[in-house]
Amino acid sequence: MRTEALALGAVMLAALVLYALFGGADFGGGTWHLLARGPRKEAQREAIAEAIAPIWEANHVWLILVVVVLFTGFPAAFAALGTRFHAPLTALLVAIVLRGAAFVFRSAPGIARHHARRWGTTFALASVSAALLLGMNVAAIVSGRPAPLRLTLTGAWTSPFAVATGLFTLALFSFLAAVYLSVEAEGALREDFRRRALLSGVLCGVLALATFLLSGDDAPLVRAGLAQRPWSWALHGATAAAALIALFGLAARRFPLARLAAAAQVGLVVLGWGASQQPYLIVPDITLASASAPLATQRVLLIALAAGALVLFPSLRLLYKVFKPARPKRPS
Amino acid sequence: MSDLDFARAQMAVSLGFHIVFAAIGVSLPALMTIAEWRHLRTGDEVYLDLARRWAKGTSILFAVGAVSGTVLSFELGLLWPRFMEFSGAIIGMPFSLEGFAFFTEAIFLGIYLYGRNRVSPRLHFASAVAVSVSGAASAFFVVLANAWMNTPAGFQLRGGVPVDVRPLRAMFSPNAASEVIHVLLSSYLATAAAMLAIHAFFLLRNRESRFHRAAFSIAGWVFAVSALLQPISGDFSARKVAQNQPAKLAAMEGQFRTETGAPLRIGGFPDPATRTTHFALEIPHGLSLLAFHDPGARVLGLENFPERDWPDTRVVHVAFQIMVGCGSVLALFAVAWLVKRREPPRWLLKLLVACGPLGFLAIEAGWTVTEAGRQPWTIYGIVRTSEAVTQVSGLRTPFFLFTALYVLLGSVVAALLTQQFVRSAHAD
Repeated sequence: MRTEALALGAVMLAALVLYALFGGADFGGGTWHLLARGPRKEAQREAIAEAIAPIWEANHVWLILVVVVLFTGFPAAFAALGTRFHAPLTALLVAIVLRGAAFVFRSAPGIARHHARRWGTTFALASVSAALLLGMNVAAIVSGRPAPLRLTLTGAWTSPFAVATGLFTLALFSFLAAVYLSVEAEGALREDFRRRALLSGVLCGVLALATFLLSGDDAPLVRAGLAQRPWSWALHGATAAAALIALFGLAARRFPLARLAAAAQVGLVVLGWGASQQPYLIVPDITLASASAPLATQRVLLIALAAGALVLFPSLRLLYKVFKPARPKRPS
Repeated sequence: MSDLDFARAQMAVSLGFHIVFAAIGVSLPALMTIAEWRHLRTGDEVYLDLARRWAKGTSILFAVGAVSGTVLSFELGLLWPRFMEFSGAIIGMPFSLEGFAFFTEAIFLGIYLYGRNRVSPRLHFASAVAVSVSGAASAFFVVLANAWMNTPAGFQLRGGVPVDVRPLRAMFSPNAASEVIHVLLSSYLATAAAMLAIHAFFLLRNRESRFHRAAFSIAGWVFAVSALLQPISGDFSARKVAQNQPAKLAAMEGQFRTETGAPLRIGGFPDPATRTTHFALEIPHGLSLLAFHDPGARVLGLENFPERDWPDTRVVHVAFQIMVGCGSVLALFAVAWLVKRREPPRWLLKLLVACGPLGFLAIEAGWTVTEAGRQPWTIYGIVRTSEAVTQVSGLRTPFFLFTALYVLLGSVVAALLTQQFVRSAHAD
């Protein structure tokens, strides 16, 4: 395979990792909005909203980046994606639209309190659905099952494996959100999120196992990729180690360590998924090579991506430096 | 309705919805930046207040634009996979660059909206500038892709397959400059006209309000400049269409017969069955003069093209009349504003209020002209819309789903903005 195609594949995978780490945590915020309870119920919701308000739109663009790189660099894969997964992608889009719109509506200036509450619930439900559907779409793409040319609620995207993948994705995103929030929050609120992080962290492990077991029937090729590549068990080992360090960090209240380990854990899960389906963009027939755009396009695209990165990364760094300082400021 | 009709209807609804938010996302930050700049220059709190008010609007409208834009990027593959398979490699570039522009806009909007007390005033102002510039850059890149669909370039066709692809040449296709300028100006014009209307309304109630006078002045300047430049850009666009897409021009003008010294038809209703345009006010030689800057120029009529290649001239002509009509009225009021801006008489304020929606009406109509006028092609002269559509059936469901979703979001945004409007009315 051409180096250019491989490089673009790596860019998409990297963008997906970043989407999971940043955008994923925003979706996870929806879980904790929905499950907010106890005496600090409203404070929890406010902390979530405050944490994601300045950054969610930027985090969302990682997904757009994946889409544009896919249709420029691998147009045949983009066409097949839209054709084969019309129903689950449509469902995902509805959730994404409702999540974003409801989030800004709930804090619109002058909105009545009961309306704000209703939009808050919509935001939370849409976030949870988006995370679930993202996982279900991934499961459909890796399943290798033929997709019907009509819109249907049955098929690869609603198989037990797909539901497990959706739940696993939701658990990972919720775990990330809780870990990040436990770094950013203070006092009793921090303890609330710490408990949630521990709980969802354990759940991640259970769902990871369930997804792996179900993949044997529903996504044999990826199962083979997950289990039989030379690096397979080293990767799973590293993921498990990161997960354990994250849980340890939470238990020992070493929050920055927990955040680092949780991010590594989620990043490794996404990398593992990508590596296990390599060289396929869509299992079982569309590969990086078969869907490649002409060389001229892939080259220009790589140059454009490099140039774009020169603007993007310093800007992102600034954004995070402003809103997520490494040392949370002490209350004055 | 066939699946093709539903696909087209869903795309039309999605674009028609998104284009309003996209236009505001380009231009409201520019107004906000000017207000912020006036504040830094004069130290006058009124401008700061104004920048804040416009920023609040931006935060809601930008978010809705961002998510509806996401839907569009997917819909290219959901509805038109065969178009994307053909052209992704050729025109993916501007979309990719738009991705970065969008990233920059989202990042600096975050810093601008939520960072006022966290960053230095200089960085804060620079963020506003970055949002305005990257908003314009987004529109620039996206419109390049649309221009390519109208005047495809940068590849050779061999056996129905594009070869010898040159992405950079495709980016700057023959219609690129005219379309980009026209769309950018329309964004500033529409938003400024709407803002001018809002503040004219408040000036009618309280002529002395410094807040509304400041807004009236900033929005007015943006309005006047863009409204006066837009007819020039429109002329440029029309000549490009005449040159590169003669069938589209014929449909826009309701021109069935090929003739020299063709008249300009104002209004009227084209009837494809009898191949005549009824009830139009005809200005002799007007069309030849406008389209080719030569009163004796020969203008190709639709009769020159096989009927299966005709756009629906009824839609295109009427939409074109609406766009030009709105644009002309706005240009007229731009002159009136320039003359009377210091002490605007009540009649002018009232008329400006009435003109508030005209810019957006013109955007929707103009978009209809360019999209419906390109039919039956998705890529002009190369790929038909019927060839581009997905093979997936049952598109009725997503059409109704997205239509319902957009009706809901549109009404909520309208309600929220009205509420804010009413609240500021009480505040004065």
